[in-house]
Amino acid sequence: MLDVKNIFKTFNAGTVNEKTALNGVSLHMDEGDFVTVIGGNGAGKSTLLNAVAGVWPIDEGTIIIGGTDVTHLSEHKRARYIGRVFQDPMMGTAATMQIEENLALALRRGKAHTLRKGITKAEREQYKELLKILDLGLEDRLTSKVGLLSGGQRQALTLLMATLQKPRLLLLDEHTAALDPKTAAKVLDATERIVNRDHLTTLMITHNMKDAIAHGNRLIMMYEGRIVIDVSGEEKKNLTVPQLLELFGRASGSDEADDTLLLS
Amino acid sequence: MTGFINALPGAISQGLIWGIMAIGVYITYKILDIADLTVDGSFCTGGAVFVMLFGAGYNIWAALVIALLAGMLAGFATGLLHTVCGIPAILAGILTQLGLWSVNLAIMGMKANVAINVTDPNNLNRLLVSLRFVQGVAKGSYPVWRHPIVTVGLMTAGIIAVLYWFFGTELGAALRATGANQNMARAQSINTDISKVLGLMISNGLVALSGALLSQYQSFADASMGKGAIVIGLAAVIIGEVLFSRLFHNFALKLLAVSIGAILYYIVIQAVVSLSNINTNYLKLISAFIVMIFLAIPYWKSRYFSKPVQRGGKVNA
Repeated sequence: MLDVKNIFKTFNAGTVNEKTALNGVSLHMDEGDFVTVIGGNGAGKSTLLNAVAGVWPIDEGTIIIGGTDVTHLSEHKRARYIGRVFQDPMMGTAATMQIEENLALALRRGKAHTLRKGITKAEREQYKELLKILDLGLEDRLTSKVGLLSGGQRQALTLLMATLQKPRLLLLDEHTAALDPKTAAKVLDATERIVNRDHLTTLMITHNMKDAIAHGNRLIMMYEGRIVIDVSGEEKKNLTVPQLLELFGRASGSDEADDTLLLS
Repeated sequence: MTGFINALPGAISQGLIWGIMAIGVYITYKILDIADLTVDGSFCTGGAVFVMLFGAGYNIWAALVIALLAGMLAGFATGLLHTVCGIPAILAGILTQLGLWSVNLAIMGMKANVAINVTDPNNLNRLLVSLRFVQGVAKGSYPVWRHPIVTVGLMTAGIIAVLYWFFGTELGAALRATGANQNMARAQSINTDISKVLGLMISNGLVALSGALLSQYQSFADASMGKGAIVIGLAAVIIGEVLFSRLFHNFALKLLAVSIGAILYYIVIQAVVSLSNINTNYLKLISAFIVMIFLAIPYWKSRYFSKPVQRGGKVNA
């Protein structure tokens, strides 16, 4: 479903702030794969997701989503294949628009924006049903402005928007990092349910090693712009946090891993 | 005082005309979150195009529509400078505005102002709005529906209705999303560049239409007629918001508030002019002052007059 072939990205090339964020990353994901991504700050996790989403052009390499070469497609054109939830709860929704208006935009993702009505009656019923699944009481607040919602509610709504039209690829960029533990668990739970229900191909960044082990069928760890660990299947299921740390120490050739990973 | 009251119908008429421009400013400033300074140039473009076409014997509606299209073209230019050339929106607007100064003079045959001959009754009667109709209706020589308050009022209602419909469509919603959150818009496959260009075009189209109406009203177009237009537009938007934000939540009513804001602005200006013997050259300074007051009110309100939570809290809070 996703084929990332040997991509490179350097920020601020030729200046003192030069930073090679992606240093030859290759990743193949099969349909229905749920991959969790871990790594310290600056390891290139978010950069990888942004490269796939097309936030800026990459320097080298190829990105193929479901057989379509999207390497040179702009962000909004790729969006027809990709559902995204950001780390910042403010980023995924339009605060000054109503809940139902946000959902209506998501329902039209990848389609031409015409002069037809922006939202229909039939849709509203559909949204009510879908919001019930989130169990946050949003189904009765369809016409509330999204700006009035809490961070957790906004992330849950963004998740719903990202999956309203089945995406070929779901990108989750630490989407629970800004939430309190209880809300984070709730949003993660909703994520798991929706991904399983629709068999979504998912790439999820997390800073929590336990979450990374508990969710998905495959785990990758990044270090200095490269994927250094890639475990799946039984091996991943039986993984523990200490084992993961040891694996990382060997892969990166240092034992600074403990601090940078656990604290980040 | 009687001078002021007698001048009211004229002030309201002018306010309504400028209100159409202010609705255009609302689209960029409030919906797209762009401060577009093209306005000062495109307002005159509308007036210049209208006066020239009207003088050449064009049908009044055709002349108005072409003026509107000319304004959209100006907005298109700013949009391209901003999206294709990556120039910050505020600078892109300034560049277009500067260039339009020459363009506007060229449209008017390199003259700083061109008049409509309204002493010829045939010419006058072809017009949609004119200062002379204000006096004419008062004297009974013209029917009431000829009064600019009626004609421009109806036009404003029509424009609000069309905008209300448009911003409820998929395309209109995409435009609003672009103004609200560009990241979200792009993630929902909205081409934010197209949204911005389109918004700037609609806005400047309305601004030019307003300029065309004003040149009819005052029976001439002048190269400097758009000077400070953006300030008047912002004033109307902000006055409307400060006074009506608690009452009006519907989008159509918010646009109506902008139009009322423009009318109030002109009434205040008229009051200053009629009730004091001030030199009219000070009007721009007064305009700047009025806008300053209305921009500052929301800030002062939140900073000095909001009721802070009492320390320690009340016992029976």
